[in-house]
Amino acid sequence: MIPYEFEYKKAGSLDEASSMIATGGSFLAGGHSLIPAMKLRLSEPGTLVDISGIDDLKGVSQDGDTIKIGALATHSEVASSDVVKSSCAALAEAAGMIGDSQVRNRGTIGGNVAHADPASDYPGILVALGATIVTSSQSVAAEDFFTGLFETALGEGEIVTEVQVPSLGSGTGAAYAKFFNPASRYAVVGVGVVVTKSGDSCESCRIGVTGASDHAYRATATEEALTGSDLGDDAIAAAAAKVADGTEMMSDLSASAEYRAHLCGAMGKRAIAEAASRA
Amino acid sequence: MGELIGKSVKRVEDNRFIKGEGQYTDDFNVKNQTYAVYVRSPHAHATINSVDVSKAEAMDGVLKVFTGQDIADAGIVGSIAGWQVDFKNGDTMKEPPHPIMVADKVRHVGDAVALVVAEDRFTAKDASELVKVDYEVLDAVVDPKAATEDGAPLVHDDVPNNTIYDFELGNKDETDAAFENADKVIELSYHNQKLVPNAMEPRAALAQYDANEEKYTLYTTSQNPHLARLVIGAFVLSIPEHKLRVISPDVGGGFGSKIFVYNDECGVLWASKQLGRPVKWTADRSEAFITDCHGRDHMTDAKMALDKDGNITGLRTKTYASMGAYLSNFSTCVPTYLHATLMQGLYKTPAVHVDVTAVVTHTVPVDAYRGAGRPEATYSIERLVETAAREIGMDPAEFRRKNFIPPFDGVDEPGFQTNVALQYDSGNYEGVLDKALEVADYESLKKERDKAKADGRLMGIGFSTYIEACGIAPSAVVGSLGARVGLYDAASIRVAPTGKVTVHSGAHAHGQGHETTFAQVVADAFGIGMEDVNVVHGDTENVPFGMGTYGSRSLSVCGSAIMKSVDKIKEKGARIAAHKLECSPDDLEFADGSWTVKGTDKSVGFGDVALTAYVPHDYPEGEEPGLDFASFYDPVNFTYPFGAHICVVEVDKDTGEVKVVKYVAVDDVGNVINPMIVDGQVHGGVAQGIGQALFEGAVYDDSGQLLTGSMLDYCMPRADNFPMFETDRTVTPCPHNPLGVKGVGETGTIGSTPAVVNAVVDALSDYGVKDLQMPLTPERVWKAMQNGN
Repeated sequence: MIPYEFEYKKAGSLDEASSMIATGGSFLAGGHSLIPAMKLRLSEPGTLVDISGIDDLKGVSQDGDTIKIGALATHSEVASSDVVKSSCAALAEAAGMIGDSQVRNRGTIGGNVAHADPASDYPGILVALGATIVTSSQSVAAEDFFTGLFETALGEGEIVTEVQVPSLGSGTGAAYAKFFNPASRYAVVGVGVVVTKSGDSCESCRIGVTGASDHAYRATATEEALTGSDLGDDAIAAAAAKVADGTEMMSDLSASAEYRAHLCGAMGKRAIAEAASRA
Repeated sequence: MGELIGKSVKRVEDNRFIKGEGQYTDDFNVKNQTYAVYVRSPHAHATINSVDVSKAEAMDGVLKVFTGQDIADAGIVGSIAGWQVDFKNGDTMKEPPHPIMVADKVRHVGDAVALVVAEDRFTAKDASELVKVDYEVLDAVVDPKAATEDGAPLVHDDVPNNTIYDFELGNKDETDAAFENADKVIELSYHNQKLVPNAMEPRAALAQYDANEEKYTLYTTSQNPHLARLVIGAFVLSIPEHKLRVISPDVGGGFGSKIFVYNDECGVLWASKQLGRPVKWTADRSEAFITDCHGRDHMTDAKMALDKDGNITGLRTKTYASMGAYLSNFSTCVPTYLHATLMQGLYKTPAVHVDVTAVVTHTVPVDAYRGAGRPEATYSIERLVETAAREIGMDPAEFRRKNFIPPFDGVDEPGFQTNVALQYDSGNYEGVLDKALEVADYESLKKERDKAKADGRLMGIGFSTYIEACGIAPSAVVGSLGARVGLYDAASIRVAPTGKVTVHSGAHAHGQGHETTFAQVVADAFGIGMEDVNVVHGDTENVPFGMGTYGSRSLSVCGSAIMKSVDKIKEKGARIAAHKLECSPDDLEFADGSWTVKGTDKSVGFGDVALTAYVPHDYPEGEEPGLDFASFYDPVNFTYPFGAHICVVEVDKDTGEVKVVKYVAVDDVGNVINPMIVDGQVHGGVAQGIGQALFEGAVYDDSGQLLTGSMLDYCMPRADNFPMFETDRTVTPCPHNPLGVKGVGETGTIGSTPAVVNAVVDALSDYGVKDLQMPLTPERVWKAMQNGN
């Protein structure tokens, strides 16, 4: 458990962090994905620029209809934030399902989305919520931010600075349902759902899926099937059955592609029902 | 007995453990210490064309890189098999060599090829990656049954069909007849999967060679320091035994995996002499996964014969037992004398036959892991029993009761002679089942299950009634069966002049709480406080030659040696007391810490007698000074704990996920010294057994790569996987040891696994599911629900 030699630098500001980073280097926030990979010698960044001391990247606040979550907000901060819990409880709940308490106390939302682990929880719920990932040089919709296996829209030396999440309006409910990998507690499949009701029917919805594919995606077939439906058990089941449609499922020790596709439906059904009940 | 035995005294060792102040092997550092890292094979099977150490040795801070060729040149053999089990036809067991590092061929991922020693551990690690090994990769075999087929890749060239031995036990002809005449035959086939022990502390060694004294000191993570010294000194490195001191300080869990003498520690000890510098090696978790001996890995076909009335008339199993790539110390005895001998279970079954083929595969060596053979036997029996009850439409509790051996105390009634060599000491199997049914409230559970079904939920109830054998002994018997060691234990008790007591124990504690339990026993025996008793273990220089801790033997075997020393001290103390009281020792009785002349108030205390023994001014004529005795205890038989476990599960219809919602463990471990420690052992054991049933498994691909080689993929059970365990006991004392104790270290692991699988199969009965392969992952369960099997 001894990493390759690396140079450690601590940045006091974003500009300083950008100037310190070298080719192949990594930014260090909570370090709970990066450090284990380094200790296993699976990652060799050469230079680590520690951004954990940059105050501009901290804190959770409400700005009008937008929840602004600093990139350095830990999972436990998000899970316990009154702002998040009152405006978007599903996000707090998803944060509370990440790892264990040690991971939640150190791991950060910025580090999490930048790492883009395909089994991570945040991508699924952020895609569903229509979140925006703000970086040192751009703002990107969450659904466009995650582009592949551990791949994102981030360019070289670019730093995630904030995650912006729209508050849920009236008549809107959100939920996140996760099937835990029993060993790692990552998501084998996690489905985030936002439902807006008009009367008793579904006016609109967004479904984000993590764990199932090499990166988080919107389950558009489910969204289409659900929109306009009466949100009854049959409608939910029919829509949920399409969560995996058109997406190549991953297959690994914890779940075959076939089983993952099934879990997409099972978790989709739960999340839709819960979101609808909250709308 | 006094006031302490039977009390849940808090564990005295926990003061240091809870505060993080335990002293483990890696916590020790000595002057001029160097650090070692092993270079290990990334391939399961490959020939080594060349090993180039030049770049590694050229690195600053690197002292030396040793290779398999260095070991071969030094003429060193590796660790040895400690139990010889010959073929049925009398041919000698195959014993392929297990060099400390290999020179020609690697046989599992993790096989050691070179050892890098450097001034610091960072340099050693970096240099280990500069050792260039040219491998030619060969086909591998990981399945123990497939390994025996003609044409399978050979692990060792001189072990045909990868077969180490074949073995049988039981009354074969009667068993053949039982199956010919059976009214019904139940058949199951399964893989009792390979498990990774995952003790919290990885293995470590700190080796020192003192050239002036020509003496070695080895700090290491061992469950049995004397056995380590004997094997390393007498067999592996030819060190005179008195010139080797083995210290096993605090050890962070073993579960069997630290019984064995591993080559890695021997290599470090050897290197310390070559370099004239102390060498430290500490495995990391990834290394532990591919070098600590694994457990289980049995492929078994099991059959049970029944008559028309639901009596079990015969039981037969055929098992292919993997040894892994090499024979670890006790690997050969696990599937035979710890597995085949338990196949009677606690049933009257008149005909039992067990056939075992021991096999080498290109995987990490397999040896004893908590339960060691007995969980595999119990799984076979209890899955068959539950399936049989289901097939003939009888309640599984009733079916068991019908087939149980009737109660016997082993004192007025004789022990029960099984068809597979053992004679059970004492048992009341109906008693323990009845208690479990009562604690679980079985009648209510069945109603709950009906209600769950009506509500569309899947609830299942599973039983396991087990028997096991602990305190492996007596030595003469195990010797006749092929053991190359005795299996007694030893303890000395040293009473200081002020009446304070130190117990030197041959047993070693690595989580069991000996420092508390042994102190309770001794303090009670002498009528003194626990704070006046100190328990020392884990240093060959300080403790008598005991065999260490495994097989739930510490209290029944070492505790008996302690009691023998107690008796000797009391006997001598009585002579000294009699001198002081001017009476005959026969006139005295000992109680509450004093010898009293019967029928009088004349007495003398334990402390007074101790002082007199060391200041013998007024002293019995001819009596030696001092109060200090060592004793060895070789049991007359194994001990046989038993119990009844009831598991209740709910299965998620959508996902196949299994949730254990209730778990009742009623065990009979004989007399109990510390109920809290016994409960703790049961909790840990049950958690491990449920772990095998639902979560754990060493999964290999066809090339021999361990796919579950980290905690990300190898699923260890966690607290939130469990309900609150409900434990209770019946007490049937062991008739043949002084404390009447049977052992509790493994009962939970042995009893629990089939109870869980039985419960899940019960929950899925409406789907036509009759059997499931462990671990019962959500996907496996879900697929069974789709397919009905």
